[in-house]
Amino acid sequence: MADVLVCKDGEIAEGGVRVIQAGEVEIGVIRHDGKYYAYRNHCPHQGGPVCEGIRMPGVLDIIGEGGIFLQQDFDQKDIHIVCPWHSYEFHLEDGVNVCDKRIRLQKFKVVEKDGAVYINV
Amino acid sequence: MDTLNYRDLSVEEFDTKTLLAHAAQQAKQRRYEDFLIVDVDAHHYESDSFAEIVEYIEDPVMRQQAKYQGFGGTGIASGPGSYQNLNGRLTRYPKVRGEKTPPTPHRDITLTKRWMDSLGIDVGCMFPTPMLQLGTCPRIEVEVALARAYNRWLCENVLAHEPRIRSTLYLPFRDPEACYQMVQDFGDRKGVIGFTVVSPGKKGVHDNAFMKTWAAIEERNLALVFHGAYTWGGDQHAELCNRFIAVHALGFTWFNILHMTNWLCNGMPERFPKLRTCWIESGLAWIPFLMQRLDNEWMMRSSEVPLLKRKPSDYMREMYYSTQPMEMVDNKEALELTFKMINAETQLCYSSDYPHWDMDLPSTIYDLPFLTEAAKRNILGGNAKRLFNLEPVVSEAKVKQLAERNAARPA
Ligand code: FES
Repeated sequence: MADVLVCKDGEIAEGGVRVIQAGEVEIGVIRHDGKYYAYRNHCPHQGGPVCEGIRMPGVLDIIGEGGIFLQQDFDQKDIHIVCPWHSYEFHLEDGVNVCDKRIRLQKFKVVEKDGAVYINV
Repeated sequence: MDTLNYRDLSVEEFDTKTLLAHAAQQAKQRRYEDFLIVDVDAHHYESDSFAEIVEYIEDPVMRQQAKYQGFGGTGIASGPGSYQNLNGRLTRYPKVRGEKTPPTPHRDITLTKRWMDSLGIDVGCMFPTPMLQLGTCPRIEVEVALARAYNRWLCENVLAHEPRIRSTLYLPFRDPEACYQMVQDFGDRKGVIGFTVVSPGKKGVHDNAFMKTWAAIEERNLALVFHGAYTWGGDQHAELCNRFIAVHALGFTWFNILHMTNWLCNGMPERFPKLRTCWIESGLAWIPFLMQRLDNEWMMRSSEVPLLKRKPSDYMREMYYSTQPMEMVDNKEALELTFKMINAETQLCYSSDYPHWDMDLPSTIYDLPFLTEAAKRNILGGNAKRLFNLEPVVSEAKVKQLAERNAARPA
């Protein structure tokens, strides 16, 4: 396990992604709401570059009393990583697929120290 | 000589008051100022303010969809809408527009070869995208004219120049005579390997008016392809769906189920025994369903289908199918059984559907644990070669790779 330098803090713009090559492995480092997340840039579906798409909040159906559909809404507390190949979605927080908990992205620990961002590979 | 007062219309900017100057004169002459005039029906083009209006949509998810799809044309309020790229979740659709290509060959050739090379594909059968919906245009003559224009353009600008790209040309299905003419006019063009019925057409494949078209395709030893598609607006059943997933999941299979059923119940495989058909982009799960359903009914009602000499499923096992979008979620056993039921080893042809949202890579076939290496290769290429009578062309990228591999091999 080694800490690999990703960038100086602030080099990745808010909402941006940096894809780094750590040996054989491509890792996407995502900055969202000031926090960093690192996942292997490999989608468990068909192998797409999962970190290179967009991030989007999850969608909710809002159901009122008696089962009445009211509207849809975005769940701003649950941001999804959307794979650009077929739109499989994964929770940004833990990389778990939103449809099937057994499917998950490989997550790497992010360490922020001395004004720089590292990932533990 | 005095110059007359003039207005040069080539430089004058449009102004409503100028356009209506004569109306203003009339108003003045008639002294409209003497009484009240009320107009109870007048309009504005609110679509010009659509960007402002969408901000007032209360449902935030729908607001985002409306912003993304826009209004008019294929916007959110149109029949089909623009849901294919999942409201911006798939980035390749808008981004590819900015992708740089050299001036020659045609941009379509360059872009197609780029993704084909990346996926490892040697020969690809090219279909249009929005024009697959031509059958929903209310003016049949527009469908015919655009279909002919597209086919001619494709033959001259793409197929004539790139042997790795072939096509089964679009038939304007609502005009049987125009379909026949299409086969006559384009059936012998370079790169044409068959003809396509886009399945939501509003005619039966068994209509007598089509018989000479099927015969002409058979005579030329070309393939007849039924390409699944959806239609939303204008289709009584689809209009009962409120989400695109429902329209798409049902539409792409339903219309091929419909045509296949009519094809069999009218004994078409017996009437055109040498005509090879391929059923495209409906996935695979529908085939076992329909085989079982039709066989069961046929055993009791064969009197209605006297042309069929064998069970409907026997004929279906001799037809060809494309793989995508292959149902692959937690269904390994069902998939294996499906492959067995449809004689996949000899009848199934790999398809990517790239760049669409539900595209499949060759690895979806190559990585299947229950297939032999020979079966994989058949499905990935050999079966299509037989179906389309293809002269195979190997991609330049693969030729180079093979040469490098051979050079690296110890002598
Ligand atoms: S490869 Fe990621 S969604 Fe298919």
